Amino acid sequence: MSVTTRYEPMFAALKAKQQGAFIPFVTLGDPDLAQSEAIIKAMIDAGADALELGFPFSDPVADGPTIQRASIRALQSKVSIQHCFELLARVRAYSPDTPIGLLVYGNLVMAQGRERFYQRCAEVGVDSVLVADVPVREGATFQQAANQAGVAQVFIAPPDASPETLTRIAKHSQGYIYLLSRAGVTGANVEVSAPATQLVDYLNAQQGAPAVLGFGISKPEHVQHAIQAGAAGAISGSAVVQRIEDNLADSTAMLTALSDFVRSMKAATV
Amino acid sequence: MSDYSGNTRLNPYFGEFGGQYVPEILLPALDQLEKAFIDAQNDEAFRSELSDLLKNYLGRPTPLSLCRNLPRKGRSKIYLKREDLLHGGAHKTNQVLAQALLAKRMGKRRIIAETGAGQHGTATALACALLDLECIIYMGKKDVERQQPNVFRMELMGAKVVPVDTGSGTLKDAVNEALRDWTASYATTHYLLGTAAGPHPFPTIVREFHRMIGEESKQQILAQAGRLPDEVIACVGGGSNAIGMFADFIDNTDVALIGVEPGGKGLSSLEHGATINAGKPGLLHGCYSFLMQTDEGQIEESYSVSAGLDYPGVGPQHAHLHASGRANYVSVTDDEALAAFKLLSAHEGIIPALESAHALAYAVKRAEDSDEELILLVNLSGRGDKDIDHVRKIFAAQANDAKES
Repeated sequence: MSVTTRYEPMFAALKAKQQGAFIPFVTLGDPDLAQSEAIIKAMIDAGADALELGFPFSDPVADGPTIQRASIRALQSKVSIQHCFELLARVRAYSPDTPIGLLVYGNLVMAQGRERFYQRCAEVGVDSVLVADVPVREGATFQQAANQAGVAQVFIAPPDASPETLTRIAKHSQGYIYLLSRAGVTGANVEVSAPATQLVDYLNAQQGAPAVLGFGISKPEHVQHAIQAGAAGAISGSAVVQRIEDNLADSTAMLTALSDFVRSMKAATV
Repeated sequence: MSDYSGNTRLNPYFGEFGGQYVPEILLPALDQLEKAFIDAQNDEAFRSELSDLLKNYLGRPTPLSLCRNLPRKGRSKIYLKREDLLHGGAHKTNQVLAQALLAKRMGKRRIIAETGAGQHGTATALACALLDLECIIYMGKKDVERQQPNVFRMELMGAKVVPVDTGSGTLKDAVNEALRDWTASYATTHYLLGTAAGPHPFPTIVREFHRMIGEESKQQILAQAGRLPDEVIACVGGGSNAIGMFADFIDNTDVALIGVEPGGKGLSSLEHGATINAGKPGLLHGCYSFLMQTDEGQIEESYSVSAGLDYPGVGPQHAHLHASGRANYVSVTDDEALAAFKLLSAHEGIIPALESAHALAYAVKRAEDSDEELILLVNLSGRGDKDIDHVRKIFAAQANDAKES
């Protein structure tokens, strides 16, 4: 089943301008609901092409310490999944055209029931959902529920995947393909190991959704390298979240640091 | 959409439970493990090395002991499968040695494992010492603090113990951290999972490498009692000793299979680990199975006096045996388990692990409440040496409370 999202016009517009996409990630409700809303709006204003937003989860196995702490802060602020959906609706109202992707763990989807979860995503204007612990092999029921609701299902392409796996991921991933720059969990201090040119070329040859590079993207030069390697964009998570953590005592400084960071990363996509 | 699945050679599901809910990047490591497992099962050299170790290093087969003095009323008989006599002090070393041999077979010389109280960590450390493998044990920070003797044991045998202070600092966080390590290290590292849970093929591998518990028991009870037991009883945390005990009896449908979950302070107290009795299905640590969780799907902390049963999930085959009605899962509280701990020590001269005391508590109650001449087979999965200090403190505190009131 094919779905229409806000990613297609975004990638088309950027391509026309010969730019890549810069996509920052934050956890919804980190450090609390009000600040999280201000943070997300500030990133949109600073030039984020799309957003990748996480639901706080008690057991985030694909995340390194920085994003684990973001989940813990949100949960300690009593941020519920219901709150997250409400926040998403406000973000959508603020910016009708920015593509919004969710990054969640499977149990949060299952707890609501797949149909209801994706229905709620559609209602608040979410374009895509990536379930970190649901590989393509287990993805059919998730993708069916997503597509019935008109939501795209994104899958992750590992850096050392076999051609068969990459082909399968290119076939199923919708909106974009989340290409890992390296093995391991999320984190800014383990840098991108090798240029992704070959992987990107292979994925692009499959004529699937555009590949976007993530994991370890913490500096403008990482974004530049990703675009040069042929990726349609780059996602930065831990480096963004670190700026939240570094400025917990001063929300004005936090928003300034985040805006500056998004601007510098976006500038590297040009 | 047929090309989503079909990559595994063995069925990753038990009914609707199980699967491989892990980041995409780990699937090649799981496929490699499945292949190594299948190949090894068909390789005479592997089988003979393992069976030599099981016999001459671990001390298999373990005896089956008929209780002389329990139950104290009724006509039933309680037989104990003596996994407590195994080297390492519990059933755990069976499958640890087997997985360590699989790791070597895959050319992986670095082993990572999670541990709660330290039993699986200790078993892994001894296997790595024996087979000359590097050993890293992830252990919740809280558990490191309260289980110092086991930390020392592991270190003595050459393991590096890494305290995990994320999340709640207990077993589930240790599993998370081991999985995180593995997503970066799978090319050179084997994750030696300690229970019959996790993503396929772990539940199947762990069951197959523990199934001799049930196979030996069946032969022994036929020889000693002249017939199959009425009930086979084992405690269930993640469920490895229980599935090892149950596996060979699943097709004997006249034999009831009873899994005993940790009832902690009672199922209404929220302080328990009775996942099947009080949880609901969800995704954690790679499989779809029963979980203790909030309505929104956040994983909850479990609790039990017995650290080995203190896990908010349960192996997927147990979830299926429950859903299909083949096995029955009951719960036993801390107090009932402690009473059974005392009872077996006082009347049979065997100090059981607190985990195994849960199974025993159910068996004694079943035997004493019945007018029939039941034959009950209990997996005495571990010995209680590790629990002595802990239990002594609990009894002292109880005596103190009694004095004050």
